[in-house]
Amino acid sequence: METIKKICEGNVRAASRLIRDLEDKLPHARPRLRQLFKHTGKSFIIGITGSPGAGKSTLTDALIAELRKLSKTVGVLAVDPTSPFTGGAILGDRVRMLRHAEDEGVFIRSLATRGALGGLSQAAGDAIHVMEAMGKDVIIVETVGIGQQEIDIINHAHSVIVVMVPGMGDEIQSMKAGILEIADVFAINKADRAGAKQLHTELASLLNSAPQSAGAWRPPIVMIENLYEPLTFVEQTAELAQKVAEHYAYLQESGQLDKRTERRAMMQINDALRACIMEPVIDNLTASGELQYLAEKIKNREIDPYSVAEEISKRFLKSGGINDIDKK
Amino acid sequence: MPDRKIRVMVAKPGLDGHDRGARILARCFRDAGFEVIYTGCHQTPEQIAAAAIQEDVDLVGLSCLSGAHRLLFPRVVELLRKKDASDITVIGGGIIPEADFTMLYEAGIKAIFTPGATLDSIVEWIRNNIKTHD
Ligand code: B12
Ligand SMILES: Nc1nc2c(ncn2[C@@H]2O[C@H](COP(=O)(O)OP(=O)(O)O)[C@@H](O)[C@H]2O)c(=O)[nH]1
Ligand SMILES: [Mg+2]
Repeated sequence: METIKKICEGNVRAASRLIRDLEDKLPHARPRLRQLFKHTGKSFIIGITGSPGAGKSTLTDALIAELRKLSKTVGVLAVDPTSPFTGGAILGDRVRMLRHAEDEGVFIRSLATRGALGGLSQAAGDAIHVMEAMGKDVIIVETVGIGQQEIDIINHAHSVIVVMVPGMGDEIQSMKAGILEIADVFAINKADRAGAKQLHTELASLLNSAPQSAGAWRPPIVMIENLYEPLTFVEQTAELAQKVAEHYAYLQESGQLDKRTERRAMMQINDALRACIMEPVIDNLTASGELQYLAEKIKNREIDPYSVAEEISKRFLKSGGINDIDKK
Repeated sequence: MPDRKIRVMVAKPGLDGHDRGARILARCFRDAGFEVIYTGCHQTPEQIAAAAIQEDVDLVGLSCLSGAHRLLFPRVVELLRKKDASDITVIGGGIIPEADFTMLYEAGIKAIFTPGATLDSIVEWIRNNIKTHD
């Protein structure tokens, strides 16, 4: 109970520890999350995605600065990949945000993917809740940025910024369709480089060719030239912050915010079911050695995975199994 | 009971720009299976302490080759203590004369590694001194 109170008061130690307990799946962590939930739902959640090295962390740093000018409190979740070979990770996003380290209105927490493939970590959704309960006005979630599969962010964020860089293989052709569904705001970073104009043109024409209903949001494209030209950089990142704010206003006015919140809720049920049903079952089967045994049998074609799943669901679900659920 | 993942931070306090050792350590810790927060050079002790708390690390590793360790290392320990975070272990390394060891240990630095220390011995120290069960 003490923990919950501390987190709601904004205590960083308590919050960071709970995030860690959630990452490590300690048994007492989930019940705490349950108690925290009623204190969540008020923050504006911004996702920032794009290839590694595109400048996500640098732009996050600039966005924090803009938000702080408006006296908004900010939480940042920065995700970096876990090495599949060692289970370890180097979490280096923070290096770009050092100037905010001592600002009490900014809480930056690095997360390792720990095997998750969608660009976030499994605990990312939970960590967002913890930061929401702390009362952060805005939460920025930086994804890993490996490829085109990282769409998890759209299930968590209200507004998503996609960062692109000229000449980094970020040509529109290679990004295919998905990108348009993800992006609410585009940032073309390092735009003083050759190819920036062309990237802008391609992107704009792609946006133009997309079907557009009246009154719908049209993702703006913000050019950000060079980090090392502080005057223009600050001006352009301020514009980025402005566009994101406009998108949020649009979401509120158009009723889309409600839809996105609902989408997020669906995802939360999905995640929670997985944590509450799937994981304990898998853990149980792993611990008893049954999983290994069954895999062996499936490998030898003595049994099929579908029957295995059904038999297991009968054993673990009180209602009498998945088929029973279907009938209800 | 699942094991906790060990989380460590590698930081370079002060104006010292010798970051080769710190980078090597960060990679070595990753390869040992730890999650490593790397914050680079030119950090104030205040920044280091604040980041350690935000990241909920088990251990802060300070690297200093410039000779300023006598001042900077104890300051980090003190700031953590003030923020009610003295459970975070602080160790250090770099160019540190043996004559300074006692002073640093007394200030709360739990271990010191100087050039020639093997990476294995550093990882082993961490494994032996950071508990992964509650
Ligand atoms: C390479 C080097 C440089 C490179 C640095 C490149 C870089 N980006 O790192 C360059 C050429 C830039 C450089 C510059 C300078 N250097 Co220089 N440099 C060295 C040198 C030769 C090797 C350092 C090194 O990289 N070692 C390899 C790494 C892996 O070892 P390490 O960092 O010591 O780490 C090991 C241990 O110490 C320990 N460890 C270290 N940190 C930590 C942290 C933790 C948590 C743990 C657990 C362990 C640990 O574990 C590691 C593994 O064993 C040393 C001499 C020496 N033999 O150490 C001088 C040395 C450090 N440099 C020195 C000096 C004076 C300078 C300059 C001031 C020179 C000048 N007048 O311009 C500048 C200052 C630069 C700056 N901005 O701070 C002096 C420092 C003297 C002192 N402290 O009293 C030294 C000792 C040389 C000497 N004998 O005079 N330097
Ligand atoms: N030249 C230039 N470099 C930049 C710019 N923005 C970021 N960078 C550099 O690009 C590298 C990667 O940036 P980072 O923010 O860590 O990218 P991330 O991997 O997407 O988070 C760093 O070395 C930055 O300093 C820019 O506008 N111009
Ligand atoms: Mg980054």
